[in-house]
Amino acid sequence: MSTRVAPAFAAGPTDAAGGLDPAARSGYADHPPRMGFFTDTSVCIGCKACEVACKEWNKVPEDGLELTGMSYDNTGSLSASTWRHVAFIEQIVRAGDSRWLMSSDVCKHCTEAACLDVCPTGALMRSEFGTVVIQDDVCNGCGYCVSACPFGVVGRRETDGGAHKCTLCYDRIGDGLTPACAKACPTESIQFGPLDELRERAQGRLRELHDAGTPQARLYGEDPADGVGGAGAFFLLLDEPEVYGLPPDPVVTTRDLPRMWRHVATAAAALAAAALLSGLGQRS
Amino acid sequence: MVPPAEFTSYYGRPVIKEVVWGVPDVPGYLFLGGLAGASSLLAASAELTGRHELARTAKTAAVGAISLSALALVQDLGRPARFINMLRVFKPTSPMSIGSWLLTAYGPAAGVAAASALTGRVPRIGRAATAAAAMVGPGVASYTAALLADTAVPAWHDAHRELPYLFVSSAATAAGGLGLALVRPEHAGPARNLAVAGASAELVARNLLIRRVRRAGTVEAYQSGRAGHLMAAAEVLGVSGLSIAATLGRNRVAAALAGTALVASSALTRFGVFYAGRISARDPKYTVVPQRDRLRRQDQAESPADAGLPAAGLVGQHGLLQCLG
Ligand code: SF4
Repeated sequence: MSTRVAPAFAAGPTDAAGGLDPAARSGYADHPPRMGFFTDTSVCIGCKACEVACKEWNKVPEDGLELTGMSYDNTGSLSASTWRHVAFIEQIVRAGDSRWLMSSDVCKHCTEAACLDVCPTGALMRSEFGTVVIQDDVCNGCGYCVSACPFGVVGRRETDGGAHKCTLCYDRIGDGLTPACAKACPTESIQFGPLDELRERAQGRLRELHDAGTPQARLYGEDPADGVGGAGAFFLLLDEPEVYGLPPDPVVTTRDLPRMWRHVATAAAALAAAALLSGLGQRS
Repeated sequence: MVPPAEFTSYYGRPVIKEVVWGVPDVPGYLFLGGLAGASSLLAASAELTGRHELARTAKTAAVGAISLSALALVQDLGRPARFINMLRVFKPTSPMSIGSWLLTAYGPAAGVAAASALTGRVPRIGRAATAAAAMVGPGVASYTAALLADTAVPAWHDAHRELPYLFVSSAATAAGGLGLALVRPEHAGPARNLAVAGASAELVARNLLIRRVRRAGTVEAYQSGRAGHLMAAAEVLGVSGLSIAATLGRNRVAAALAGTALVASSALTRFGVFYAGRISARDPKYTVVPQRDRLRRQDQAESPADAGLPAAGLVGQHGLLQCLG
């Protein structure tokens, strides 16, 4: 869909599909294949097993038990204490005919991750699997990642002041286990594996759905040429991304940072010049 | 231009997270950091041209403002005791990291410069510190523009080219205004010049910024609600202060009045920009509509035959499927 090419600022080693290899860019010379999620929402049944499994495994605290009035979704959104979030959308196709959309959202583990770029302490880091992880013992709760993420994934937890998000179960995948959510998903809507395999599988699934008469099916986040260099966790959706609360065309903010620094430097020089010149003129 | 927004969202929920930075801590810091950085420059300029009263006042203002800033920043952290972790790494991809290092270099220099000026001791070290603070000061006053712009917050990111100029002008307005208000007019020449230059540049920068965000589709965030009021008040105070300073700036009472108005105007600008960001993060339309529009333009560029039929696919699909949310 997009023909945008990653700028030189984001240059570095590439993976098989021609996208950037985030683990290699972060200095892992010899690393395992990039791992990720393919969430096929066309088979999601809205059971929320992923939400529960994630909470249990990662000891993520409760974050409010309120009725939201949003169909079956009383979780609301991803946050510091919600790392998988199942969205529910009930649509009327025509009178008397409705359809359900359900989708389990998660951190995208972006190839070009704004959260990681802006973190001033180095608490956010890239793992050898190419995933994006927050080191809780380093995070000082500055909140920069919260505003940098174009998907609204990271949050700052009230109770401990730190930023938290999905780790793609770093502790499980390091031991060769499947992340808790994918493990618990009864329909294999959440699939875990090497990213290039998942991308291939997703293309097959997309063709299948198109052939079966579901032209609305589309992939979201699988394209290495998109605004975040492709997501490590991508999706098959049955409607526009914004219907699910996802941004239609997110672009990592740091792509413009070189330009920002140039303008900052020019502005700083102008201020210095103006201040020094202000002393000229007749001394009274 | 973004067409009148008809857009889809998930139950009207924001797409990006709300800004967690607090008020008044962070917008206050934007203001005080600018005041400090530009005051150090003003101090150096005054000292070079032998206006010691003005130099002393500007140095005191700088150290006062930067100390309050540091407190505000630490207080705004979720885990204040770990503020020192800011200095674990040096990361040019993080404006906050660069800012932390700038403040680490700047704070002590500004402190020594002020201490020496106020006590009259170690004048040579004082002069060196004055020069050092003046060298780092422009960075302290300007990097905060990148700090805000390097986020997914639409109203901030869209203004990333203009914010640095708005922020340094606002810094000059504040530093000049404070000198104008506190120092006897016959010694306040550089402050008056800086205030007039800053306030004039701020008018231009604000206009350019508004033009940019109008094209980007986020202008409403700057013109509505609290942000709109703050920006408007900043402009009124700025123009009033500027006119008085430029005409009656040599009169003690008029100078005090103009200076106060300009300092207030600078602060209101920072709060206005801050609130514009907050507003744009809270409403999904600021994220969805411009992105949708960008996709549409790209599609049109790729298949010019479809030009003139904007978003045919979108309309078709959504005409069929009406979202209950
Ligand atoms: S989705 Fe957000 S939190 Fe996850 S890696 Fe990308 S920028 Fe970071």
